[in-house]
Amino acid sequence: MISLKNKDIISILDVTKEEILYILDISKRMEEEGSSDILKGKVLANLFFEPSTRTRLSFETAMKRLGGQVVGFDELGTTSTVKGESLRDSVKIIEGYCDIIVLRHFLEGASRLTADSVSIPVINGGDGASQHPTQTFVDLYTIKKVKGGLENLSIGFLGDLKYGRTSHSLAYAMSNFGAEMYFISPPSLRIPKDYLEELESRNVTYHEVESLDEVSSKLDILYCTRIQKERFSDPVEYEKVRGVYKLSKFVMDELDVKDDLKILHPLPRVDEMDESLDDTSYAVYFQQAHSGIPVRETLLATVLGAIQ
Amino acid sequence: MKKYEVSAIKEGTVIDQIASRSTFKVANILNIQGIDQVVLIGYNLSSKKLGSKGIIKIEGKLLTQEEVNKISLIAPDATVNIIKDSEVVEKFKVAIPDSIEEFLKCFNPNCVSNHQNVQSRFHVINKNPIRIRCHYCERHMGEDDIELV
Ligand SMILES: Nc1ncnc2c1ncn2[C@@H]1O[C@H](COP(=O)(O)OP(=O)(O)OP(=O)(O)O)[C@@H](O)[C@H]1O
Ligand SMILES: [Mg+2]
Ligand SMILES: [Zn+2]
Repeated sequence: MISLKNKDIISILDVTKEEILYILDISKRMEEEGSSDILKGKVLANLFFEPSTRTRLSFETAMKRLGGQVVGFDELGTTSTVKGESLRDSVKIIEGYCDIIVLRHFLEGASRLTADSVSIPVINGGDGASQHPTQTFVDLYTIKKVKGGLENLSIGFLGDLKYGRTSHSLAYAMSNFGAEMYFISPPSLRIPKDYLEELESRNVTYHEVESLDEVSSKLDILYCTRIQKERFSDPVEYEKVRGVYKLSKFVMDELDVKDDLKILHPLPRVDEMDESLDDTSYAVYFQQAHSGIPVRETLLATVLGAIQ
Repeated sequence: MKKYEVSAIKEGTVIDQIASRSTFKVANILNIQGIDQVVLIGYNLSSKKLGSKGIIKIEGKLLTQEEVNKISLIAPDATVNIIKDSEVVEKFKVAIPDSIEEFLKCFNPNCVSNHQNVQSRFHVINKNPIRIRCHYCERHMGEDDIELV
């Protein structure tokens, strides 16, 4: 029997295949059943040391729809951190005010440090460039929904694979399900060796290519990510890359792809996906965005022990 | 007494089978410059196992566990020989521990362990070649990234 009670959700590396499937099953139930009051009397502390409207609001909504309450902050201005308090001290004090912490931080590994410091459950809401596991559950939920299952899919990751943490953790998660992976990126934004090593140790078959048309016909899922201008020291390089990795209805019409290919994107997009793509059968990214609530409801309810 | 390429010591420790390129890193770990006893260093000696090896002999010294752990990270083939009355009385190969605390610094400048007052911590994911993962930021480090503190 799987129980996530008191489990910290820090990195997708800590989660087993069975736990992933369990979370996705309950998310489906959450989506079907809507609001309830199973978290009545529980308090979530949303600690956002780095602003992120979307992640913060979706946790807040999820908590409230299950009858719970939310406290927290989303800028450093009003916190003791500016007075020099250590993260460990801050969270140890806040632990006494709440039942669960969602943390977003600009330092990589801040969620792990928090989880090691407190005894209530901690959910990583994104820390630096490293992990953003709740987005990964949203991605998995969407893939399972649109494909009917997670086993043996061919999945392409497109765009900034060097800094794109959502691609990294989705790749880890999909390694549990026999996925074949295609990493499609310009040479300067290739997926770091660390992640490939981890995938190799899990016997994943993967390919690294520079252009989508080399592999498009193989894909069941195409996971697009933002290419951020700030990542480039040379603006010319950015312009070059931006053009090549831009998807639109026109590009899709020209490409050789499976009819049931689905395109995901963690959003927000900049201009790597044209709006003309939105009405095609490939686009599932808005559906993906809406899954954020039931998935976060599930994570809150299971680690708080309200669902066993 | 036997004849050695690097001369004998009476009491102390011999660190043998150090890959040549790591010899002086091991010397640094042991802070040899601060020792006032006899220290003998052999460098680029021929070795059947390693091709070319280094050897460090320190009179009057026993290694601490932490020193052995540190050596294991940069010279995973090293053997430690404890010498008494000019004879080897104990011999063991250094072993890379499964997790490492304290004496390593994470090479990721954005890692929380480099900004907050916390002890660094690493999980060993591969022993040869050495690859370790930071407990906090989860970045991997290899031999070239490892910076002992
Ligand atoms: N009294 C001593 N003073 C200095 N070095 C010594 C002394 N006794 C042994 N050694 C050195 O310690 C190491 C181990 O000695 P040992 O006699 O066990 O050699 P070995 O049989 O070649 O062992 P190994 O298989 O570990 O190389 C050798 O490098 C040897 O030169
Ligand atoms: Mg020998
Ligand atoms: Zn680190």
